[in-house]
Amino acid sequence: MNASTLTALAEPNRLRIVECLRGNPRSVGEISQQLVIRQPQVSKHLKILSEAGWVEVKPRAQQRIYQLHREAFDDLEGWLQTFRKHWETNYQRLDVLLDELKEDDHET
Amino acid sequence: MKRELSVTAPGEREIRMVRDFEAPRQRVFDCYFKPNLVRRWMMGPEGWTFAVCEIDLRVGGSYRYVLKGPDGAELAWGGVYREVVVPERVVSLEKYDQDWTGGETRGTVEFYEKAGRTTVTTTLLYSSREARDGALKTRMAEGLAMGFDRLEALLDEGKE
Repeated sequence: MNASTLTALAEPNRLRIVECLRGNPRSVGEISQQLVIRQPQVSKHLKILSEAGWVEVKPRAQQRIYQLHREAFDDLEGWLQTFRKHWETNYQRLDVLLDELKEDDHET
Repeated sequence: MKRELSVTAPGEREIRMVRDFEAPRQRVFDCYFKPNLVRRWMMGPEGWTFAVCEIDLRVGGSYRYVLKGPDGAELAWGGVYREVVVPERVVSLEKYDQDWTGGETRGTVEFYEKAGRTTVTTTLLYSSREARDGALKTRMAEGLAMGFDRLEALLDEGKE
């Protein structure tokens, strides 16, 4: 998981596009209509999202259909788990530190 | 006794974390603001350590933290104290070095003692809702992620 992958997702319109693709793959035109973003903008965002691995494209008849790339989300979740524990880890460490300080009190 | 960490979003620009500790509040307060103590717990996930931990706890005083992680990763942030009421409440304006939220965050840490135990409430107020949502993603990117409904929903959906 690198910063540019996450940066790709952090842009508000790109996040909207990802949210719009939840559950239903769509074409550029459909996304454009749904979100009221001009098609060239949607295409630009989709290019960035697809380069970062968040979406993949599948042909349907004459159209190019975009859908979320499951693997990327699995990676993110696995990676995120390690960091979700950040504050929990901190606080558990503080519990231990407070215990140690309490013992120091008893010794002195 | 909330040994479990509670994370909520009380307003659209805010995040609040609440956690209880088995110690009087002066002691907990010291752990938050004395560098030699801060260095012993506030470094996040395993494998991260403090490179810099400077705290000048007075109104107008500044602080700076730099964490070093595996593979040369670095997380740096700091700010200025706006309110200091020892050992009850500290308000600061804070900014991350790698920030793309476009604004400072107002952080309030409050210490409430009852029967020898201390409840610590941390409230982060962002400059806008976008900044908050952006900050959550930034923090995630920088290794300070917390469970966040929208993102979690997104992750769940992504797996379908």
